[in-house]
Amino acid sequence: MSKTHVTTTINGEPMEFLTDGASSLLDVLRGPLGLTGTKEGCGTGDCGACSVTVDGRLMCACLMLAVEAEGKSIGTIEGMAQGETLHPLQQKFLEMAALQCGICTPGVLISARSLLEKNPDPTEEEVRFGLAGNLCRCTGYDKIVRAVLETAADMRESAR
Amino acid sequence: MTDIRYLAPTTVDEAVSAFAAATGAASILAGGTDLLVQMRSGVRKPGTIIDIKKIPALTAIEDLGGGAFRVGAAVSGAVLAEHKGFAKAWPGVLEAINLIGSKQVQGRASPGGNLCNSSPAGDSVPAMVAAGALVTIQGPNGKREIPVEAVPAGPGRTTLTPGEIVVSLTFPARPAGSSDAYLRMIPRTEMDIAVVGIGVNLTMEGGVVKAARVGLGAVAPTVLLVEAAAKALIGTKLDDAALEAAAAACRAACNPINDKRGTIVYRTKVAGVLLKRTAAIAAARAGGN
Amino acid sequence: MNDMSNKWIGTRTIRPDGADKVTGRATYSADNTMPGMIWGKILRSPHAHARIKSIDTSKAEALPGVKAIVTAKDFVDFPLDKSVMLGIQDMRWMARNVMAKEKALFHGHPVAAVAAINEQVAAEACALIAVDYEVLPHAIEIEDAIKPDAPILHDWVQHEGKPSNIAGTMVLKTGDIEKGFAEADIIVERTFTTRPVHQGYIEPHACTVSHAADGRVTIWSSSQGQFMVRAMTALLTGIPQSNIRAIPAEIGGGFGAKTIVYLEPVAVLLSKKSGRPVKIVMSRDDVQRATGPAPGSLMTVKIGAKKDGTLVAAKGEFYLQAGGLPGSPLRGPVGCSFAAYAIPNILSTGYDVVSNRSKVAAYRAPGAPHGAFAAESVLDEIAEKLGIDPLDMRVRNSAKPGDKAIYGPNFGDVTFIETVDAIRKHPHYKAPLDKNPRPGVKRGRGVASGFWYNAGGESSVQVNITEDGNVVVTTGHPDVGGSRASIANVVAELLGIEHGRVNVIIGDTQTIGFSNLTGGSRVTFASAMVATSACEKVVAQLKDRAAKIWKIEAEAVKWEDGMALPAGDNAGKFPPLSLKDLAAKANEMGGPIGNQTQLNTTGADPGFATHCVDVEVDVDLGIVRVLRYTAAQDVGRALHPGYVEGQIQGGVVQGIGWALSEEYLYDKNGKVDNATFLDYRMPVCSDVPMIEALVIEIPNSKHPQGVRGVGEAPIVPPLAAIANAVYDALGKRFTALPMSPPKVVERLEQAD
Repeated sequence: MSKTHVTTTINGEPMEFLTDGASSLLDVLRGPLGLTGTKEGCGTGDCGACSVTVDGRLMCACLMLAVEAEGKSIGTIEGMAQGETLHPLQQKFLEMAALQCGICTPGVLISARSLLEKNPDPTEEEVRFGLAGNLCRCTGYDKIVRAVLETAADMRESAR
Repeated sequence: MTDIRYLAPTTVDEAVSAFAAATGAASILAGGTDLLVQMRSGVRKPGTIIDIKKIPALTAIEDLGGGAFRVGAAVSGAVLAEHKGFAKAWPGVLEAINLIGSKQVQGRASPGGNLCNSSPAGDSVPAMVAAGALVTIQGPNGKREIPVEAVPAGPGRTTLTPGEIVVSLTFPARPAGSSDAYLRMIPRTEMDIAVVGIGVNLTMEGGVVKAARVGLGAVAPTVLLVEAAAKALIGTKLDDAALEAAAAACRAACNPINDKRGTIVYRTKVAGVLLKRTAAIAAARAGGN
Repeated sequence: MNDMSNKWIGTRTIRPDGADKVTGRATYSADNTMPGMIWGKILRSPHAHARIKSIDTSKAEALPGVKAIVTAKDFVDFPLDKSVMLGIQDMRWMARNVMAKEKALFHGHPVAAVAAINEQVAAEACALIAVDYEVLPHAIEIEDAIKPDAPILHDWVQHEGKPSNIAGTMVLKTGDIEKGFAEADIIVERTFTTRPVHQGYIEPHACTVSHAADGRVTIWSSSQGQFMVRAMTALLTGIPQSNIRAIPAEIGGGFGAKTIVYLEPVAVLLSKKSGRPVKIVMSRDDVQRATGPAPGSLMTVKIGAKKDGTLVAAKGEFYLQAGGLPGSPLRGPVGCSFAAYAIPNILSTGYDVVSNRSKVAAYRAPGAPHGAFAAESVLDEIAEKLGIDPLDMRVRNSAKPGDKAIYGPNFGDVTFIETVDAIRKHPHYKAPLDKNPRPGVKRGRGVASGFWYNAGGESSVQVNITEDGNVVVTTGHPDVGGSRASIANVVAELLGIEHGRVNVIIGDTQTIGFSNLTGGSRVTFASAMVATSACEKVVAQLKDRAAKIWKIEAEAVKWEDGMALPAGDNAGKFPPLSLKDLAAKANEMGGPIGNQTQLNTTGADPGFATHCVDVEVDVDLGIVRVLRYTAAQDVGRALHPGYVEGQIQGGVVQGIGWALSEEYLYDKNGKVDNATFLDYRMPVCSDVPMIEALVIEIPNSKHPQGVRGVGEAPIVPPLAAIANAVYDALGKRFTALPMSPPKVVERLEQAD
């Protein structure tokens, strides 16, 4: 089986891998690259557990071929905290119990970050529709939505 | 598992010759939101994948003036949403494209892909049919241009001939007083496939409908252009009788199936309900233009 | 030990496993690899019902890269005539569910498994296994399975002396049902149906397993009980428990369904045969097709009342789907439906119906939401017909402390009325509701209550003081939603130290004593109880050490704020000794400080919940949306309020999905037609409002912190509460779930 050599950037660091034409970005992240923080819940783009950013845009890693990562910049949950400093969303999720089992959490956090980058002052409805692609079965979404809204308020405050 | 070749040509000509050379064993990759799922489930087993996103014409948005636009077939919904001019001229088309899946899916899914996947329930298609968009197709025998509604041939099948690729979609110039809208019925608020989807495109003058087009999805093997519904609206002030006549025309056009997403009876009823609601939104928007 | 001045108990501390979970470092079942690992894949039946005449694996074995193949004959044989129980699970059925033996009983039933050098080769090998099936007629729905001429799944199942698909019954009764109905002024009888619903955890089942050359086995998987994984794997493979180390990975949701095994015994046998570690991961399609949903049901409930609203008789007949093998949760509807009420005459009967579906698994308060949908809908109708407020009706009929519960014991505390009152007094229940806000839109409000047993059971804990004077707690229960956080609060409180000095981990089967499943709303109850006992013993040890150092009696030492202090006559004579001081001197004073406590915990009191919901219906499209939701529940004591509220909020939203959009759809060949998250419609974020959780804390006197249990009860009332709200909006009773748009439109067009 012939493989393609792919050079890409993941969480700001250069990365290379070999892949076949059928593997998804998710397969490669979780397999050879060992970045298992990105989760697989469905493999069909319906749960959002594999949410990543590609050149800054939110996507499901299960819906992108690994070969397409050539020359792109990928952002995963492993790159969300700055060293020991958690992203405000990560910190707020901990403080507000916005996770239970935690399997959807990496995807939710990546989506929420993307949402706040585009819209720093979302309404509850905008948060709910913005996160509609991320299934969570534990929390009933209540604490997730509250945590995103509170983080947005904090971030606006600290940006003033 | 067969070995899959991945090609990322940078011109339409290269893509077409690679596609034609693969003689049916290749799949075109735009956003991949259908293709990857179909590959995973084994529905499609391409020998070659031709990624068309490196071709400038496929990812360009051209403002042709007067509300006319040419949109590359592989432009994602998320990218199109950031184009303010397009959003102003074609809000219905844009809202339809951005109802395809989640925010994550919108980062990849394209109107060209949605059209070529040829699901009767594809959200962007009824809106593009209502818009009167033209599809530019290029194949081994050259370029041609056909209306959107001429592309789907049935569920999962198109009228494209072997080797042909959808290059772009051209939306016509907008007379004053024009706008459009798209509504779909889904059981949840997001993340569902349309049970019925309807696009309405209107040109209004002094409160009277001057021109209308209605595209109806998920109620027949292909998305329908419902000319009888448009006719029922033209020349009216969208009074109850006109809306009911157009709704009746939509119901009459329905030829749906019972499946896991809806019943014949329900789909038929909903087609009429949505026609009225969508026309009202399009008219309100047109009034502001 | 429990009051509102507690420093840590009842506070919203950050969970010990939190940082790993928000940074992607937490390791779930599919995240593990082992050196030299190969991949397992399951071959599944393409038929809903078929006799397996033979399985030829020779072509698959010959495929390069294939390392092992197993079929049912490789597993321990559990003859049909001899029951072997593990908890509530019969190994005859468990073995046949893990790997089909005589018959394939549902589409997707495992019939063989392959281990190969990669997933592709394993898949190719599966395709090369030749199974000779004799395809049989199938039955999917209860109505079809109990018809006289229904295809019989198991010829050894008899009901009323005839071959049948009714594999079991359960009857609870009290009083004289006929006499009770004769006394009634009003009787309402309705028949209800609900569809099977999946637990919907986002993490598919997965495991990584090593069977080493010396016969020792390591299993890395997520479950609601590593001891269950060990025990079932031991039973199904014949390997002694002492040789199986089951390591609990972080669990990505279970809700009851991960209280049984699917993959682990298969992977163990593949690893044994191949001599290589084996990893198996289910696809979402596998999960939806072949792992346990909650059963669908067919239920008839008849309730009689006096004019003043006093309930005098209740009769329930509950048919539950078991799936292809016996074992539906009859105890749920039969025992819980009427349990909250003092009804003198009750007859409650359950029927366990097998049909060609995947075997059901526990789902949050198993069976109770079904029964509550029926009973609480009928109660609502009676209240309406009598012109009584539905909440007043519930208060009037609440069971009393000391009453004999229908399911056996006498009630201790009954805190049902408190949950009803919480709703009755809440602004939500009092708020005006515009029932016709816009043309084509109607709104309604509904209430319903729910009951769940709660549970105690076996639990083990170790509390060890580290050499530097901090604390490590090891429990034996997988943490599905914050139990580590709750136990950290308890231990920090009892030892009087800063919360951050306590770390809580989950032990594996070889490092902590037996601990029963995380399920039934029991883990916080049981593990807080054993942790309390262990902390008390640790404190006694610490006081003893201080006494030795000071050369005074241990009784003359008190433990306060994390320090030993001389008390009584000795007060002030010696400087306090902190936990750090005592840890530093541990070895010279008698050795390491710590305790393991193991108990079969008792004293779990039942949980009660009452919910109130407002809905809005788009009449033309039949879409029902939940506008506002308030859920009151007595939890005893909320050790960590954030995770208690989270249990309630999550349970409610699962109930909303059950009521409105989730269901299994089958095609005519008996194949699941919606095995994706696209078409199995669980609520998404934009479908639901905030869920207000009213956490009532009436301490359970039989628990050191007053804990009652929380996870199950929240999913019991929503189905009926929503149906009652839809009735309030539309004036039509809905007796079939889900109330999906086409069904709502159809119902609106029906006359009553």
